[in-house]
Amino acid sequence: MDRFVFLTFDGLSRGAVYAAFALALVLIWRATRIVNFAQGAMAVATAYVGYSVSAATGSYWLGFAVAVLGGLLLGAVTERVVMRLVDHSSHLNGVVVALGLVLVIQGVLGMIYGNEFRPAEAPFSREAFTVGGIALLSRFDLFVFGAVFLVVALLVVLFTRTSVGLRMRASAFAPDVSRLLGVNVGGMLTLGWALAAAVGSLAGMLVLPTELGLHPNAMDIVFVSSFTAAVVGGLDSAVGAVAGGLIVGLLLSYVSGYLGATVAPIAVLLLLVVVLLGRPGGLFSRSAARAV
Amino acid sequence: MSVTLAPKVDAGTRVPAAPRKHRYLVWAVVAAVLIVALTYALPPFRNYQLATVGAYLCVTAGLTVLTGLNGQLSLGHGALMATGAYTVAMVQEKLAGRGQWTLLVAVLAGIAVATVAGGIVGLAAARLRGPYLAGLTLAVAVVVPAIASTFDKTFNSDQGLSVYVDPPPLALGATFPYERWQAWLAWAGALLTVFLLATLVRGRFGRALRAVRDDEAAARIAGVNVARTQVLAFVVSAACAGLGGALFAVLAQSVSPGAFPISLSLFLVMAIVIGGLGSLAGAVWGAVLLVALPALTHSLTELIDVSPAVAQRLEGNLPLALFGITLIVVMLAAPGGIASLRLRRRKA
Repeated sequence: MDRFVFLTFDGLSRGAVYAAFALALVLIWRATRIVNFAQGAMAVATAYVGYSVSAATGSYWLGFAVAVLGGLLLGAVTERVVMRLVDHSSHLNGVVVALGLVLVIQGVLGMIYGNEFRPAEAPFSREAFTVGGIALLSRFDLFVFGAVFLVVALLVVLFTRTSVGLRMRASAFAPDVSRLLGVNVGGMLTLGWALAAAVGSLAGMLVLPTELGLHPNAMDIVFVSSFTAAVVGGLDSAVGAVAGGLIVGLLLSYVSGYLGATVAPIAVLLLLVVVLLGRPGGLFSRSAARAV
Repeated sequence: MSVTLAPKVDAGTRVPAAPRKHRYLVWAVVAAVLIVALTYALPPFRNYQLATVGAYLCVTAGLTVLTGLNGQLSLGHGALMATGAYTVAMVQEKLAGRGQWTLLVAVLAGIAVATVAGGIVGLAAARLRGPYLAGLTLAVAVVVPAIASTFDKTFNSDQGLSVYVDPPPLALGATFPYERWQAWLAWAGALLTVFLLATLVRGRFGRALRAVRDDEAAARIAGVNVARTQVLAFVVSAACAGLGGALFAVLAQSVSPGAFPISLSLFLVMAIVIGGLGSLAGAVWGAVLLVALPALTHSLTELIDVSPAVAQRLEGNLPLALFGITLIVVMLAAPGGIASLRLRRRKA
């Protein structure tokens, strides 16, 4: 029972990160109908930069801020320089270009930093509090929950309460009409990519201290887990992404806890297969999904 | 619903099938003679590289049929190669030392296992499109090390297995170089693969593949069984990947998860995109590129004067970055990418 409680909290903490990462995928999917397969690599790149800044200045938080702002910048540049030029007549093109980005980013990171794991320190203790002898949460877990909650809240406010958010939704929903009405659709796309990449970078900073550390491939499995989370929730649904993230986090935590950590990726694959074959629109899809 | 009445296949310039088949046979024989001549001219290390090109060619040719001709993107072909490779390792261990014929049995077993695995993935794939299929196959590629560690009694975790391979047959002479034998083995597989695929895609099956890629609804109306065609494409392509993986195991004489990373699967996609999607000649260029580019960067890093540590970093990662940049540039600038193939046909 103790173990179950601990694994549940651990799973929710992991799930919060997957939720943030899946949310970033959904943001871009809704705006451009591209699944950003490079998102993991982009997040690792900004995390490397962030930790370099931390090491140089001695301040974790300065590095953290640099990583998130770097994500914002990297996302905007990626959209402007690469993704805008992709021919969207085939859905394969966006995927292939994103994979090219993955290779470039991982290659460049490897050249600069090498292919060894580098330590990624957590800003808070990862020692869990115990209540009545049961290990529950660490300070770092609380920080993860707080950060993800803040991001989700900010995104909700942005998309539902501000004029920029309205314009972003309009550009995604009906680009041509929006353009006629004077919305800068291209600018909104750039902003969407920037925001998504920043959220991805934040998720990277939250997940890397709990994994083996910094490595050019460090986010590969996180990406697959988060993609699964986004699919579980339905690629079109932001609420679904959050719920999917928590589901995948719990599943991974229970599987690693009871069956061994090496089984976790296999469990993710099985979940992905089951959801894709059973409910390809996601567990939370209401309307008929577009053909997948 | 706007569907055209007939699937868009390039049926206009068809010549009778039989002469074509003979032509491919002639090509295969000519290529075989050239390769054998080449193996006598090249030093051992170059022969080993030539053998690697042959092994890659099996995979890229199969992937060309799947992605280029049928429009299904697979990021999991590295994993399918791994199934073929591990099967060879395990069969060879059981049959070690009984003669050359065991290798044929092992390779056939490798192809069979990869075909079954590909059939399973293909059954799921036939119901998925675009990014969903890409994500699923990526997940397949990611689980290779996890499976090797979870069933470590069978697969020996990260260390992997060693592969027993007999020396070249004595009939070839006692001093026959091993690398030349490897090149012969690999290219026997590669030429057979390309010959069979070329014959296959020129026929009815090939027309069905292209029809499904270009317009599923139209293909269905024209009587093509879309789902069956897609699963078959996956199975054929998985068999080729299995053969390629089996040959890799024979060449390296070992298999481990590290030999089949995600980047291998991405490299394969890159190779067929750059080589020119949808043509088997493109698959040949792609396979050459996969061996030549890392070799070129190796020579390049030897030229510039840097410390060994830096040189090692550059050597491992420069090809990665170059592959990525080339892939992006080709997709953005050069026609011959996936969409332009489809578009051109649509406009024609």
